[in-house]
Amino acid sequence: MFVNQFLFLAAVLFCIGVYGVIARKNAVLMLMSIELILNSVNINLLTFAMRNGSTDGHTFALYIIAVAAAEVGVGLGLVLLVYRNKKTISVDELSEMRG
Amino acid sequence: MNLLAAETEVLAPLASGWFLENAWLIPVIPAIAFALIILIGKRLPMKGSELGVASMLASLVLSAGAAYQWIQRVNSATEEQFVEPVIKSWSWWRSGGFDFGIGQHIDGLSVVVLFVVAFISTLVQIYSLEYLRGDRRYTHFFAALTLFSGGMLAMVLADNMILFLLGWEIMGLCSFMLIGHWWEEDANSRAALKAFFTVRTGDVGLLVGISMLYFAANDWTQENLGLSGFSIRGISAWALSGEPNSTVIMVAAIALFIASIGKSGQFPLHTWLPDAMAGPTPVSSLLHSSTMVVAGVFLVARLYPVFFVGLDILGSGGNLIMFIGAITIVISAALAFVQNDIKRVLAYSTVSQLGYMMLGLGAGAWLPAVFHIFTHAFFKACLFLGAGSISHSASHHSFDMKRDMGGLRKVMPITFTTWIISTLALCGVFPFSGFFSKDEIIDNVGNNGYNTFMIVGLVGAFMTAAYMTRATYLTFFGEPRGASAGHSSHEPHDAHGSHDSHDTHGDHDDHASHDAHASHGPHESGLLITAPLMILSVLALGSGLLNATPFGESWERMKLWVEPRAVEVVDSTYPGGPGESLFINVPSAEEGSSKSVCGTATPEKGVCYAPKLEHAKFKWSKAMLSMVIVFLGMAVSWILSMLLFTKRDARLVGLTQRVKILGVGHRFLVNKYYLDDLYEKVIVRSVAYPISNAAYWFNQNILDGILHSISNLTRKLSGWVYKNIDQRVVDGTVNNSATFTKSVGTAAQPTQSGKVSQYGALLFSAAAVAALVLVIINT
Repeated sequence: MFVNQFLFLAAVLFCIGVYGVIARKNAVLMLMSIELILNSVNINLLTFAMRNGSTDGHTFALYIIAVAAAEVGVGLGLVLLVYRNKKTISVDELSEMRG
Repeated sequence: MNLLAAETEVLAPLASGWFLENAWLIPVIPAIAFALIILIGKRLPMKGSELGVASMLASLVLSAGAAYQWIQRVNSATEEQFVEPVIKSWSWWRSGGFDFGIGQHIDGLSVVVLFVVAFISTLVQIYSLEYLRGDRRYTHFFAALTLFSGGMLAMVLADNMILFLLGWEIMGLCSFMLIGHWWEEDANSRAALKAFFTVRTGDVGLLVGISMLYFAANDWTQENLGLSGFSIRGISAWALSGEPNSTVIMVAAIALFIASIGKSGQFPLHTWLPDAMAGPTPVSSLLHSSTMVVAGVFLVARLYPVFFVGLDILGSGGNLIMFIGAITIVISAALAFVQNDIKRVLAYSTVSQLGYMMLGLGAGAWLPAVFHIFTHAFFKACLFLGAGSISHSASHHSFDMKRDMGGLRKVMPITFTTWIISTLALCGVFPFSGFFSKDEIIDNVGNNGYNTFMIVGLVGAFMTAAYMTRATYLTFFGEPRGASAGHSSHEPHDAHGSHDSHDTHGDHDDHASHDAHASHGPHESGLLITAPLMILSVLALGSGLLNATPFGESWERMKLWVEPRAVEVVDSTYPGGPGESLFINVPSAEEGSSKSVCGTATPEKGVCYAPKLEHAKFKWSKAMLSMVIVFLGMAVSWILSMLLFTKRDARLVGLTQRVKILGVGHRFLVNKYYLDDLYEKVIVRSVAYPISNAAYWFNQNILDGILHSISNLTRKLSGWVYKNIDQRVVDGTVNNSATFTKSVGTAAQPTQSGKVSQYGALLFSAAAVAALVLVIINT
């Protein structure tokens, strides 16, 4: 089984996702990066499920997909509201919580 | 077994060909076109519509090729040989012992429906080029329409129930998008939601049915056929093998039938269909003729062995499918009499015709029912497109027959002629196509011993003739009224929610041109609209000849090509690897000499894929009887319509107000048997209200009670603590620690920048460090 390749792909996706979350200023792009992270986790789960020949990983992956869909829904709702109030979706503008 | 196989002569392999082997391309093309339209449609010169039309044309060519090669395949088989479907299957996704396949199952049934769907979709798309010109969401409309057809095509050629479910749900989603195409109006989006949720109610049954069948059949199919329990071929063979537990297969059949009820708009879930008229007319036409509503009937026809065994079709006294079908025929035909909206009359007529198909399937008249799908698609699509043509060019986007139509036969000759042809086909007048299918259903229902249901069918035929005559009279005869008389119809149309009001959504140029049209008064529609009408009316006239039972055996082409032969099959090879589809089947030894046991007894040597069904002998006397009934219906309705709508006969006008019992009946019909009220006011409220009331009561009494007592307790406790502990012990400590915290806080303040990305970076680096620590510890 080519477990390594899958894990490598997942790691690469994860890193791209993390980079996106940290470096991007656009809230929508940040959400997309979070999706990448979640899906890299999915790939990991599926890889190990395939290796172990069990359905557990698949079940988890399905759950994650469902939760991710909900998360995007909420996230985009937040972005929309932020845009209405601030006329921007750059996350750097949202620093009211500065200590 | 081996001995037997050696004794019988191995027959030559059945003919096949490129179109049959690659039929899976038929739904793939629209699916790709959908993606392309969404991605680049807006930048194309025709806003993506050319992609839709081209993909449907490609599918049409492919399915016509597949139909042609299927006919060759049937001809290459001997008289009593089971014509193997062309099955190809690939593993889609495998998980813990479950194997979900994806593939094609091409037999007579799928070939017919594929051709009809591709054909009607092509014409509807061409028609939409003109009908929706200048619409705000023109590109999205074509994308959804293409995917809609793609979903139906995928469902039709699915080789297993998972792919079937996929196509089924794609259609559900697309119907939601298309019915709610003009969602700016509240009524339209509510209709879309209603359609979606009502169909979803039935879909629960499909899920339950599929999983029940899988768990019941999988062992048997794996062992005997090497197929998964999702495979349609496997399930069919299993159902007829005498193996299944009668309760299990009955419950599974009922669950699947509930899905059919939802999708095909059978009583009591038919309420969404008339409301689905809120969508643009081409959508109604596609939805009501070949896609979506036919899916439910197709499900029953596809898994016919399951229903045959599970619901005891051909048993005495009738079964669930027949009862539902018969009820649907009559109640929806009755509703069609009180509608003023031309599209709603057609909608109820569709519901009623679907009832005929269900009645036929339930009574063991499989072929007439499938043939009725075929003919009905043509004439119903033609009627809907005709209604659209009227509203587009004559009545200024109104569908109200009483207010905005009348006398249109002179100004719209093509629309009128095609409408009349399709109406006669719908009523089942002799040589029109509806006669050959509908009469055959009624005839076979009687022949299989269900006389009561045959009478219901004849009553339905009478009512069909009557309400269609009423609609025709109101639309095309009498004096022009309202918009079609040239009156400007700019008075608000809020009274009825389902007229196509896209003139208000188009951009301003378009709006102006529509006004210019209106000022010219009613006129015939353009060629893009009339050409599909003419093609469809030719088919409404002629398609019945494909199975013209009155002219003898040699005319029954459909029976030869489509009906699976109920022969016990001993397969020498089974579909093996991917793409494997050519294999030889050997009829068992006694076959030919004895009668087929399929459907009546347990097959001993092989497997059956279809139950043995009888066909009624055609008699002119029976046909004449139904003809007389139809003409009677037309005549009665014509006279009444003329007296009521043109002569304003004093004895008839206002009859429902004067005679109490008629008034009650009329109100009952106008309110659609109060079914909508039952669903929305009674069921939804009785479920939703008690839950919210109970939640409120729980909140007020229990939660609040607990909170009150806790707070009382806390107050007492805190009094004591304040006096003894707080004042003496704590205060001293606090003052010291506050000073300490303040200095720490000042030191840590810069990290609280308020910037999310910085927090993220901190979070991830902390996680990375933790991961590193974990790795070091573990190694």
